[in-house]
Amino acid sequence: MYQQTIAQLALGLRQGTFTSVELTQAYLTRIKQHSELNSFITVTEEQALQAAKAADLRLAQGNAEPLTGIPLAQKDIFCTLGVKTSCGSKILDNFIAPYNATVVEKFNAAGAVMLGKLNMDEFAMGSSNETSFYGAVKNPWDLNCVPGGSSGGSAAAVAAHLVAGATGTDTGGSIRQPAALCGITGLKPTYGRVSRYGMIAYASSLDQGGPMTRTAEDAAIMLQVMAGFDPKDSTSSDQAVPDYSASLNAPLQGLKIGLPKEFFTADLDSEIAATLAAAIDEYRKMGAEIKEISMPNLNMAIPAYYIIAPAEASANLSRFDGVRFGYRCSNPVDLTDLYTRSRGEAFGNEVKRRILIGTYALSAGYYDAYYLKAQKIRRLISEDFKNALAEVDVIMGPVTPSTAFAIGEKSNDPIQMYLSDIYTIAINLAGVPAMSIPAGLVNNKPVGLQIIGNYFAEAKLLNVAHQFQQVTPWHQHSPKGFE
Amino acid sequence: MSLTSDDVAKIAHLARLGINTQDTEAYAKSLSGILDLIAQMNTINTDHITPMAHPLDQIQRLRPDQVTESNQREHFQAIAPQVAEGLYLVPKVIE
Repeated sequence: MYQQTIAQLALGLRQGTFTSVELTQAYLTRIKQHSELNSFITVTEEQALQAAKAADLRLAQGNAEPLTGIPLAQKDIFCTLGVKTSCGSKILDNFIAPYNATVVEKFNAAGAVMLGKLNMDEFAMGSSNETSFYGAVKNPWDLNCVPGGSSGGSAAAVAAHLVAGATGTDTGGSIRQPAALCGITGLKPTYGRVSRYGMIAYASSLDQGGPMTRTAEDAAIMLQVMAGFDPKDSTSSDQAVPDYSASLNAPLQGLKIGLPKEFFTADLDSEIAATLAAAIDEYRKMGAEIKEISMPNLNMAIPAYYIIAPAEASANLSRFDGVRFGYRCSNPVDLTDLYTRSRGEAFGNEVKRRILIGTYALSAGYYDAYYLKAQKIRRLISEDFKNALAEVDVIMGPVTPSTAFAIGEKSNDPIQMYLSDIYTIAINLAGVPAMSIPAGLVNNKPVGLQIIGNYFAEAKLLNVAHQFQQVTPWHQHSPKGFE
Repeated sequence: MSLTSDDVAKIAHLARLGINTQDTEAYAKSLSGILDLIAQMNTINTDHITPMAHPLDQIQRLRPDQVTESNQREHFQAIAPQVAEGLYLVPKVIE
C-alpha cells in the first residue's frame, strides 16, 4: 500500500481496504528497513500510532478530511510540541519544542498522521543535506549521491516511499532542488501563502513552506491544508485560498509558456536540456504556445541572494545564544564567553560562514555597498518576473544545472555549492510560486522541470503540472530497491 | 575584495561567534571567494532603483492591543540550560 499516492490512500481508507493504523505500521516498518538513507532525525512511532487510531475513528464516524489518516512527516524546521525540533543543528539537539508551528497545527486538525521529523541541512543552509549535524542523507536513486537540500530528508523519504508526503521549506530552492534530484513533485508557494509561525527562520523575507509529494494532485491536497492567513505571522497573506484540486483538470489549450533565454544557455547540461525540450514538446502537443522571453537580470540572483539571505540569517540566528534554550558551553567565565563559545561550539561551518558574511554586510560602512545594493537588484529581478508574467501564463526552465552529484563532491567548495541553486534563487527574491516536477531520467537519475507562475497562481501551476503527469510516466518511477 | 584573518576575527567578535584561531585563515579565504561572487552586483547600474525589502506590497498589519499569550514560564523554562527560582541563570554580569 505504501506505493500509492495520497489521493489513492485516502480512497483506500474510505473503502476499508486498510486502516490508518495498518498504513502507519507499514510506513514505520519501511522507515526502519531503510534507515541507511538517514532521512529521519526523529521517528515518532508512538504518537503516530495514536494519531492513526484517532484517524480511524474519524473515518468510521464519517467526519474525515482528505488527509485524515494519511502518514506524513515534517521537515525538522517546523516546531512540534513535545518533540525534538533540531533544525539539523547541534545547537538545537536538545530542543523539545514548547509549541506547534501553525502548519503542524493544521495537519493535526486535518487528522494527518505525523511519522516523524526529517533530516535537513543545518538551519536550511545547504544544497546537498551534507551540512546536517545528523549526517548526510543519501539519494535513493544512487546511494553515493546527495538528495539535494536543504529539504533532502523530505525528498529522499518521499522518493523511497517512506512517507506518503512531506513538508519542505524553500529559501533559495530548498524544496525544488531536492525534489528535482530525487524525482518527486515539490511546490514552493507564493511568499506569504503558508504561515511561517513556528518554522525556524533562516531568511525571513524569502522563507516559504510547501508540500513535497509524488504527484501534483497530492501537492494540491497538502497545500489546501497548509495555505491560508495566520494572525500569528505578520507577513502571512489574507488572500482567499482557492480549491486547488478543482482546477487540476482544466485543459491547457492556449496556455502561454515563456522560456527565458537566460535559462537555456551553454551552461546547462546538454542531456538535461534535451530532457526539458522533450517535456516542453508534451506541452506543445497539449495545445500550449511556447514563446522565448528574456529576463536580463536573472544572472544577478546569486550575488544578491548571498547578501540578503546571510544578512537576514545573521540577525535571525542571534537568538541562539545559550541562555534560554538549546546548547550551552560548559563553564563559561562571563556572558560574552557564554555567547561566543556556545555559538562557536554548536554551529557548523556553513552556518558560521553565512553569519559572518551577513554580519560583515550589515556592519557600519558596508550597508549601502552590500545590503542596499542587493535590495535594488532584488527589485530589478522582481520587475523581470512581473514583465514576463504579463506576457505569458507560466515560465518554464531547468531546476538544477546537473543531476544528483556525489556526496563530498562540492562540500569543500561553497561557491560551487551555491551555484547549484542558479535556476531557483531568483524565484525566492521575487516571491512568486514555482514547482519542480519529474521530467525524465538522465543516466538513471531524475531531472526536474521548473514551472514558475504569478503571485498566488498556485492553482494554475498545479493544473499545468497535473496535466503533464496525465501524459507522462516520470512521476511514477521509483528508484531501484525502493519500489 | 579580500578579507584577512584579522578581519574575520573582528567580524566573528561582532557576531559573538567563536572561531578557532587556526581556522581564521580558511574562513578568510572562503569568505573572500564569496565576496568576489557578490561583487558581480557592481556590474549593473542601480541608480534611482527603489530597494525591495519584501516580496509583497503589503502594509504591516495592526491588531487590537489585546493579551493573546498566557504565562507559560515553567513550560518554557523546562528546556532552559540553567534556571533558579523562575530566573534564567547566566555568569555574573556586574562585579
